[in-house]
Amino acid sequence: MAQVIVVTSGKGGVGKTTSSAAFATGLAQRGKKTVVIDFDVGLRNLDLIMGVERRVVFDIVNVIQGEAKLNQALIRDKRVDGLCILPASQTRDKDALTREGVQGIIEELSKEFDYILCDSPAGIEKGALLALYFADAAVVVTNPEVSSVRDSDRILGVLQSKSKRAEEGKEPVKQHLLLTRYDPARVERGEMLKLDDVLEILAIPLLGVIPESESVLKASNSGNPVILDSESPAGQAYADAVARFLGEEKPHRFIEAEKKKGFFGRLFGGRAA
Amino acid sequence: MSWLNFFRTRRDEAAAGSNANLAKDRLQVIISHERVSRTREDFLPKMQQELVAVVTRYVAVDPDKVQVNLERGADLSTLAIEIELPGPKGKLT
Repeated sequence: MAQVIVVTSGKGGVGKTTSSAAFATGLAQRGKKTVVIDFDVGLRNLDLIMGVERRVVFDIVNVIQGEAKLNQALIRDKRVDGLCILPASQTRDKDALTREGVQGIIEELSKEFDYILCDSPAGIEKGALLALYFADAAVVVTNPEVSSVRDSDRILGVLQSKSKRAEEGKEPVKQHLLLTRYDPARVERGEMLKLDDVLEILAIPLLGVIPESESVLKASNSGNPVILDSESPAGQAYADAVARFLGEEKPHRFIEAEKKKGFFGRLFGGRAA
Repeated sequence: MSWLNFFRTRRDEAAAGSNANLAKDRLQVIISHERVSRTREDFLPKMQQELVAVVTRYVAVDPDKVQVNLERGADLSTLAIEIELPGPKGKLT
């Protein structure tokens, strides 16, 4: 049986798709057969972040409506073995997704894959509810910013009441916090919410802190999940988060501001990647 | 002493009164209220309607002259309902 993981946040633009792409790639790099599904019907973007946009033929709605076989719609990643992408539809509206349809897809994927990642759309409407409904675990992507933290708390409430596990009274969806776009220098200056503050408010276990990093935009520009950039702080932070998800102990990095560079450091150091 | 403040500002800002702490305090208050209303319905709108209904049993009240102010706090919330009652010259309907 595959484990179903939803990557969600409530608020848009906090890094769900970037995190889904990185996380799925990271799991596959560690030998886990992984499929990542884009649930953002009408506004698909996972294909672009994964760099497979020119290979999309069929999508999740085609499969649900019986116009294509699941295997025809799955796009196999050429960089990492055992990684597949199931794109969202760009032209249909989100009502084309049905719970029965999604259930059928997840059941079929369960036979072949170890992990099924569901990249949720923003909001708490149908698409987002379907993305989290079948989840065993949730990665809640949050920015250190008031509206994002509030929306994350709201989505935690939804996970606790509207997921399949909640409805059936089973063990609750395992919740993980992924704090993204963290800027330790601004935290030190008292301009940005601290990691500890966010943890205190949301009160769920921390999976990782992804520092604000130029490499994230570079990665999306080129269609390579940022985790493949193993030199970059964001790539390393995602790799750590994946390792923690799989049960490894990894100390948290990138949560303290870098020491000010000395004269020579400034002369030869260049900018942070 | 004011020249001393010049040196103090930055460090003080990074301490208790910082911008980030303001964010934290605001979040803690609103989220604790929202968590409560997840499990039970927010009774304040209904209570306000009922209170106004009681008053209208005795006095004719212009619905436009009812002001409701709600302030959600960490330890207590205040609901202030200001109902403008017509004076003795006012016509009862």
